[in-house]
Amino acid sequence: MNLQFIADGLIMGALIGLGAIGVTLTYSILRFANFAHGEFLAWGTYFTLALASGFGAMFGGSGTIGALSFGWPVLLAGILAALLTGLLALVLDRILFAKLRERGNAIVMVMASFGASMALRSLLEFFFTSEPAYFSRDIQIASPLGLGIRLTPDQVFLLGLTLVIVIVMERFMALSPTGRAMRAVSENPVLARVSGVDVDHVIRATWMIGGALACAAGVMLGITVQIRPFMGFDLLLPLFAAAILGGIGSVPGAVIGGLIVGVAEASAVQIVGADYRAAIAFLILIAVLLVKPSGLFGART
Amino acid sequence: MTKTILAIDGLAAGYEPGAPIVRGVSLAVAEGEIVTILGPNGAGKSTFIKAIAGLVPKFAGGVTLDGRDITRSPAHLLARQGLGFVPQTENVFTLMSITDNLRLAADILPRPERAEKIDAMLTLFPDLARQHQLAAGRLSGGQRQMLAVARALISGPRILMLDEASAGLSPKLVGQVFAKLAEIRHTGITIVMVEQNAKAALALADRAIILVEGRTAHAGKSADIASDPVIRELYLGVAPAKGAA
Repeated sequence: MNLQFIADGLIMGALIGLGAIGVTLTYSILRFANFAHGEFLAWGTYFTLALASGFGAMFGGSGTIGALSFGWPVLLAGILAALLTGLLALVLDRILFAKLRERGNAIVMVMASFGASMALRSLLEFFFTSEPAYFSRDIQIASPLGLGIRLTPDQVFLLGLTLVIVIVMERFMALSPTGRAMRAVSENPVLARVSGVDVDHVIRATWMIGGALACAAGVMLGITVQIRPFMGFDLLLPLFAAAILGGIGSVPGAVIGGLIVGVAEASAVQIVGADYRAAIAFLILIAVLLVKPSGLFGART
Repeated sequence: MTKTILAIDGLAAGYEPGAPIVRGVSLAVAEGEIVTILGPNGAGKSTFIKAIAGLVPKFAGGVTLDGRDITRSPAHLLARQGLGFVPQTENVFTLMSITDNLRLAADILPRPERAEKIDAMLTLFPDLARQHQLAAGRLSGGQRQMLAVARALISGPRILMLDEASAGLSPKLVGQVFAKLAEIRHTGITIVMVEQNAKAALALADRAIILVEGRTAHAGKSADIASDPVIRELYLGVAPAKGAA
């Protein structure tokens, strides 16, 4: 049996995991399911695309790094775009969610996030059309790694990048004062406040981190597949499946959940055909909610 | 005369402006004192202390801490302004280790002081020091209460407020917690505590006020209140002492 699908699943799972970190943090700290999170992936990718073309035009060419299909313009643009996506999330919070939060109705916030999702997606279609775009049209040669698995240099780089981001995030949550404050607000906002935690600061940090990681996930998807306004929305179900499977509030859980969902989807394509791919995330979601609602690493449901 | 550290003037507070639960309570707490707030269930004791801590909206009146007006201070700034609060329930972060509970509260201090303050708390509460990497959710009721007090003390408050610190504890553990409070008081920290356990609280506190339906029904020295058979029977649910019929 060709094990290539496992490698493909891991790549997809890694980017689902990165996106799911934002979902799980928003869910646990702001206490609502943000259905606009997929749009952060798409907006982050288009920010990167626009900035990268700008840099390419300014500094000439779009030279690549080593065997990768992209060069410094994309990497630099990606970093700036991560910041911009975080700011976009902050702005959305300021004009929409913050006001609804004061009224303390989570259902209204979920519905509002649906509306925000549609609006953000439509804006992307308006500015960039729904035609797919690409960071690079070069064809990459995949190198065999044994067991019938082949990976392109881009894929190896992105898996490595995910690993670095996840380790940094995990250490940040465990050791930094902001990470501690985020965990505290997630568990008990009242006690966090009397302990001196500025909840508004925690909320801002949550949006910035969630937005930036969504951008990273989107750019990974843009590099390995293509860039479309619907790219984030189409990933929404896998993102939530990963966050819930990993356990709400758990950063490593979200990434491991993402990898499981990614590999499960890829396996399903092998076993029952591509038509059922989209159903897999849904099945995983239902199974987790029925069997272990707190997820693999979660402390609460 | 000792100086007043906490002054509450005509405080009205509650969850809906039209229906205040606390209706015009005043209290002046002198530096180094232990004051207990007693009263029947539903008297507004917890609402009163939570309003001071910035967790329940205030509708009228004012609060000053060491002369500074803290009536409108948000809860998270009060810790920096010298007020430590221990809620009645869910008063530790159960998913965090003991050390992380303390680190979180120490994060408001200047960086060089943090480690030293955490060590000081672990010295004050040796029970916690022995298992400092344990998740707080795995502590027993008494140890949890000790951690909650340590968390509130770490920022070096002038005043420590506790909402029913004895709730759910066995008499032996209540004794241990209250003995620790007496020890803390000797370090110069003023204590205001809401209590259901009137007998133990009156034994520890210098003064007491009794709230009934959101108003001060009685106030006085603990010894006087403890020996007043009418107050004991009416408000504190304590049977009259032998011979005091």
